[in-house]
Amino acid sequence: MKLLRELLFPLVAVAFAFLVGGIVVVLIGDNPFEVYGLLLGSALTWPDGIGYTLFYATPLIFTGLAVAVAFRCGLLNIGAEGQLYVAAFATAWVGIKFGGTVVDVFGKPVGYGWVTLPALLLVPLAILTAVVVGAAWGAIPGWLKARFGAHEVITTIMLNFIAVALVSYFTQYFYKAPGDPIMQTVPVGPGAHVPRLGAFIPGIPERLPVSVAFLVAIAACALVYVLLWRTKWGYEIRATGANPSAAEYGGISTRKQIVLAMAISGGLAGMVAISEVLGYRHRYYDGFSANYGFTGIAVALLGRNHPVGVFLAALLFGTLIRGGIFVDAFSEHVTKDLVEVLQAIVILFVAAEALFRGPFGRFGLLKRSKV
Amino acid sequence: MFEIFNLALLFSTIRLATPLLLAALGGLYSERSGVINIALEGLMLAGAFTAAAVTHWAGNPWAGLLAGVAAGALVAAVHAVACIRFRADQVVTGTAINILMTGIPALVSGAFFLSSGSTPQIPRENLIPWTPIVLAFLVLVPLTYYVLYYTPFGLRLRAVGENPAAADAAGVSVPWMRYTAVIISGALAGVGGAYLSIGQSSLFTRNMTSGRGFIALAALIFGKWRPVQTMLACLLFGFTEAIAIQLQGVRFGGEEIPNQFVQIIPYVLTIVVLAGFIGQARAPRALGIPYQKER
Amino acid sequence: MLELRDITKRFGDVLANDNINIRVEPGTIHAIVGENGAGKSTAMRIAYGFYTADSGEILLDGEVRAVQTPHDAIRHGVGMVHQHFMLVDTMTVAENIVLGAEPGSAAAIDLRKAAEEIRALSDEFKLSVEPNAPVESLSVGQQQRVELLKALYRRARLLILDEPTAVLTPQEVEEFFAILRRMRQQGKTVVIITHKLSEVLAISDDVTVMRDGKVVGRVRTAETSAEELARLMVGREVLLRVEKAEARAGGEVLKVRGLTVSVGEGGRGLRDVSFAVRAGEIVGVAGVEGNGQTELIETLAGLTPASHISGAVQFEGRNITHAAARQRRELGIAHVPEDRHRRGLLLDFDLAENSILGDHYRRPAVSTSPLLDLEGIRSRALGVIRDFDVRPANPDLPARALSGGNQQKLIIGREFELKPKLLLVSQPTRGVDIGAIEFIHRKLVALRDSGCAVLLVSAELEEVTSLADRLLVIYHGRIVGEVDPKTTSHEEIGLLMTGGERK
Repeated sequence: MKLLRELLFPLVAVAFAFLVGGIVVVLIGDNPFEVYGLLLGSALTWPDGIGYTLFYATPLIFTGLAVAVAFRCGLLNIGAEGQLYVAAFATAWVGIKFGGTVVDVFGKPVGYGWVTLPALLLVPLAILTAVVVGAAWGAIPGWLKARFGAHEVITTIMLNFIAVALVSYFTQYFYKAPGDPIMQTVPVGPGAHVPRLGAFIPGIPERLPVSVAFLVAIAACALVYVLLWRTKWGYEIRATGANPSAAEYGGISTRKQIVLAMAISGGLAGMVAISEVLGYRHRYYDGFSANYGFTGIAVALLGRNHPVGVFLAALLFGTLIRGGIFVDAFSEHVTKDLVEVLQAIVILFVAAEALFRGPFGRFGLLKRSKV
Repeated sequence: MFEIFNLALLFSTIRLATPLLLAALGGLYSERSGVINIALEGLMLAGAFTAAAVTHWAGNPWAGLLAGVAAGALVAAVHAVACIRFRADQVVTGTAINILMTGIPALVSGAFFLSSGSTPQIPRENLIPWTPIVLAFLVLVPLTYYVLYYTPFGLRLRAVGENPAAADAAGVSVPWMRYTAVIISGALAGVGGAYLSIGQSSLFTRNMTSGRGFIALAALIFGKWRPVQTMLACLLFGFTEAIAIQLQGVRFGGEEIPNQFVQIIPYVLTIVVLAGFIGQARAPRALGIPYQKER
Repeated sequence: MLELRDITKRFGDVLANDNINIRVEPGTIHAIVGENGAGKSTAMRIAYGFYTADSGEILLDGEVRAVQTPHDAIRHGVGMVHQHFMLVDTMTVAENIVLGAEPGSAAAIDLRKAAEEIRALSDEFKLSVEPNAPVESLSVGQQQRVELLKALYRRARLLILDEPTAVLTPQEVEEFFAILRRMRQQGKTVVIITHKLSEVLAISDDVTVMRDGKVVGRVRTAETSAEELARLMVGREVLLRVEKAEARAGGEVLKVRGLTVSVGEGGRGLRDVSFAVRAGEIVGVAGVEGNGQTELIETLAGLTPASHISGAVQFEGRNITHAAARQRRELGIAHVPEDRHRRGLLLDFDLAENSILGDHYRRPAVSTSPLLDLEGIRSRALGVIRDFDVRPANPDLPARALSGGNQQKLIIGREFELKPKLLLVSQPTRGVDIGAIEFIHRKLVALRDSGCAVLLVSAELEEVTSLADRLLVIYHGRIVGEVDPKTTSHEEIGLLMTGGERK
C-alpha cells in the first residue's frame, strides 16, 4: 500500500507530462498516438530496443543517484554535469597513460602512454579514477558551503562551466591527436575497455552498446540504498538533510556531512565515465554528455530520491532517449527534441507536487499518511 | 598582444554586456522579490527564438522584439505559477524551464523550418539596429535603481524578498508582487535573448545563449543584487568575453593563448564572491523560500 | 467595535476555533486569555484577515465585513502587532511603517512627509521613535513601538496585540501599559492576547477566556480575580505544586566558572556565569526569556562554537569547556532542548529513528559493523514508547504525526535512555497538555531521586519554583541571585529577573 502510494504520484506526473506533450505534438501537426507509439514501441523491442534503452539508462542511473544522495543531505547538486566531465576526462587520461595508447600521426606512430597495464589492473584503476576525481570535484562545492556558506546551487552551476572549459583546454592542447578535426582525446588503450554485455552473455548481440557499466549501475543502486538506510553514515547524512539543527544536537558534524554527501554525489556522477568512456567511446570527447547531469535531476525527482525509484525513472528516460531517435527519423514533423520537452514537463509536475495534492488529496490518493 | 586593447574592444565589451545586463536586471527583480531565477538561460532562449521566428514571418524586427518579450514573460509566468502557487522548489523549476527551452525551439523549428533547431537567416535590413538596445544601459540601470529605492513598488518588492510575512501583515500581497517581479524578469530576459538573435546575429541557433543566462545570474550575485554593481559586473563579464574573442588565434611568445582560461573568469569570480573573499554578498533573506502563512 | 460571531477554523485535523463568539466594546482594553494552544491567536488572526475562518462572521462597528486579507482589516481600521515582530530588519523605521500604505504617488514615495507624520504620532503617544533609524539597530522594546506606530499610521482604531509582553522586562511592561492607557484615552480600542493573569488584571477592562478552541467565559476585570480566571483557563482547580521529597544532594557534578559566551542577537549571551549542580538535585534557572538561558543550555550541551566561549566548565572534575556534543553525551550529559521541532526531532523520520538520535553510532543502534541494527533500534524505540507512554505506540510513524506532548515525551524518554549523570532540560512542558505536564514533572523528580543532577530552565515561573531545589535567577546574561524556592516569593524573583536589587 505504501509502495503503491509512492509509485502513484510519479505515475500521475508522467501521465500528465505525456498529456501536455501530446498537445504540443498536435499543435506541431502530428498525430500524438503515432508519435508516442514510435517513442515507446521502438524502445521496447528485443534485443535492439531494450539493449539501447539500458545503454541510455546507465549514465542516468548514476547521475540520478548522485542527485538523490545530495538531496537526502539537503543539497541540490546541479553540478553532476561538471563532475562527470572532469571524471570522464581523468578516466580517459588514465586509460591513455596506463593503456599504452599509440596513435598514427601523419604516418608516424606516436606513443601517448607511459606504461601498458593489463586490463585486470587498468579497468579497476580507471574506475577508481572516475569515482575519486568525480568525488573530488563534487567535494569542492560541499567544502565551499561547509566552510563559507556559499550556496551549492550557484557554485555547482559555476563549476560546471569551469569543468567543461578546463577539460576542453587539456583536450585541445595536450591530448588531441594532431590534425584531428574533432575535439576529442586520443583513444584509451585496449586494456581500459569495459566489455559489452553481449561479449559474454549469450543471446545479447555484441553490437549493442550496453556494457558491464549497466551492472555496475545496478550495484550502485544497491550500495546507495544500504549506505543511506542501513548504515550509521547514511543516518548522519539523512539526519543532516532532514534537520541540520537536530543533527548537530545529536552530535553529528553537519559540515562534515555536507562535504561527504557532495563527494559521494560527485563520485556517483563520475561513474558515468565507466559507461561512456570505458564502455562505449573509449576516449573522452568534448560535449559527450547529453545533459546527463541535468537529466539526473529529473530522474532523482521522479524516483523520489530513492535508489529503486531512480532505477525505474532512469529506465523511463532511457526509453525516451532511444525512442526519440526513432521519432526523429520516422515522424513527419516532430523531432527527438520532444524528449527534452517531456523531461522538462515531468520535472515541472513533480516539483509542483501541490498541484496534485489539491484535487487528488480530497480522494485520499496522495494525502500524506498521518497516524 | 597589447594591440587588442583599442576602441573596438570597448564597443565589443558594451555589445556583449548588453544581453547580460538585460537578463541580469530581470533576475534582479525576480530575486529581490524572493524567487530564485536560474531559468534566465531558458527565458533568454525563449526570447531569442520567438523574436527570430516572428521576425522571419512578419518581416518586422520590432514585431519580433515584442514577441520575444511576450515569450519571455509567458515562460516566466510558468515558473512563477509553479513557484508561487504550487510552492515548487525554485531551483528545480528553473532547471526544468531551462531544459524545456532547449527542447521547444528545436522542436518547433524542426517542424516549421525543417532544420535541426535553427531559424532561417533573417535579411540584414530586418535586424534590429543595436544602438537603441544598448541605450538600455543608460536608461534601465538608473530606472531600476529608482524603482527599487524610491517607489512604493520597489519598497514592497524589497520587503517581500526580505520578510514576506512582514509585507503580508502590512497588507502587501506577496503572491502579486512575486508574480509581477518574475514576469518582469521574463520580459527583460526575453529582450536580452531577442537582442542575441535579431540584433547581434541574424538567426536563432540551437542553444545560442550558450550559458549567458548563467553568466547574467553570476553578474547579479557578483553585483550583490544591486543594480549599479550588477551593471559593473556585466561590463566586466562582457569585457572578458570580448577579450576571449579577440584572443582567438592571437599568439603570445609563439604560444597560442588558450581562451578557456578567459572564459571561466566570470564563474571563478562568482565563486570567490560567494565564498566571501570579496566582501559579503548577502542574498535577499527570503530568497528561495516559498511563502506560506505560518500556522 | 469588533465582534466575532460563531467563528470556526480548522487546521487539518485540529479544531483551532470551535464556534467562538467574542465581543469587544469600543474604547476599552480587552484581554483574551488562555493557555498555549487555546486558540487565542488564531481567533485574532482571523479578525485581522491573516487567516480566513471556515465559517462565521466578523462584525466591525456593528456591520458584517468580509475580512479576507490584512488589507481588508487595515481598511476597516484594524491593526495588529504580532508576537514575532513583522519588521524588515534591513529597512528603516519609516520604510517599515509606510510599507503597504506609502504616501505620495505610485511614482515616488514621499518619505519626508512620512517621517513628519511618524514624528507627530510618536510624540502624541510618547513613543520616542526615530523614523530614519534602521530597524536592525533598535532594541526589542523600540521595535515593538515601531509596530504600534505601523498600526497607528494606518489610522487603526482597533489594535490587536499578540503576547506583547513576552519579550519585555517588567519596567518595559510598565512603560508599555502606560502607552496602552494613553491610547485608550485617545479613543482607541485595544485587544491584548496574553496568558499572564497579573497583566490581565493590571491593564484590561474586560476579559474573554479561551480553552481548547472554545470561549469559556467573559467577565469584567473589576469583578473577577486571578483564581477565577485561572480556573476558567485550565478548567479545574490549578494545582501546580509537585509532590516531591527533600533532595538528597551528593557531590558536584557540574561546575561552571566564569563562563562567558558572546553569541546571540542584541548583545545577548552569557557574562561571567558561575554555579554548580550537585548529584540528586534540581537547579532551576528563572528569568525573562532571552536573557541568556538558551546560550547557557546550548553551551553546556556543546552546541556553541568554541571560539565564542571563555571560562571553564567542569563535569565530574574534568574540563569539558570545549568538548564536542557527542563527547558530552558519551560522558553522560543528556539534553532536552527548548525547541523540540528545531533541535529535538527529525520530524520526517519515524519514532524508531528518532529514538536513537545521538546514539545512532553505538549500541543498540549499531553493534560491530557500521550497519544499523534494525532490531536493536526497534526495541529501543518500543522501550521509550512504553516507559514514557508515547501515543500512538507505533515506532514506524513519523514524529510529525505525534501531538506536542507525545513528541516531548519521546525526546525525554530518549534522553533518559542515556542513563545521564547530568540532564540539561529547557522548557520541558512548553505547548504540552496538562496530563503530559504532570507526567513529565514526575519523571524529572524521579530522575533526580535516582541521583542525577538536573539543570532546569523554564519560562514558567510556577514550573521552576515548584520543581527546583535551588533556584538561580538570570538577567542580561548574568546570574544575579540564588533563592530558595520554598521560601521565596514571586515578588522577590520578579525583582531579580528584572535587574532590581534584593530587599
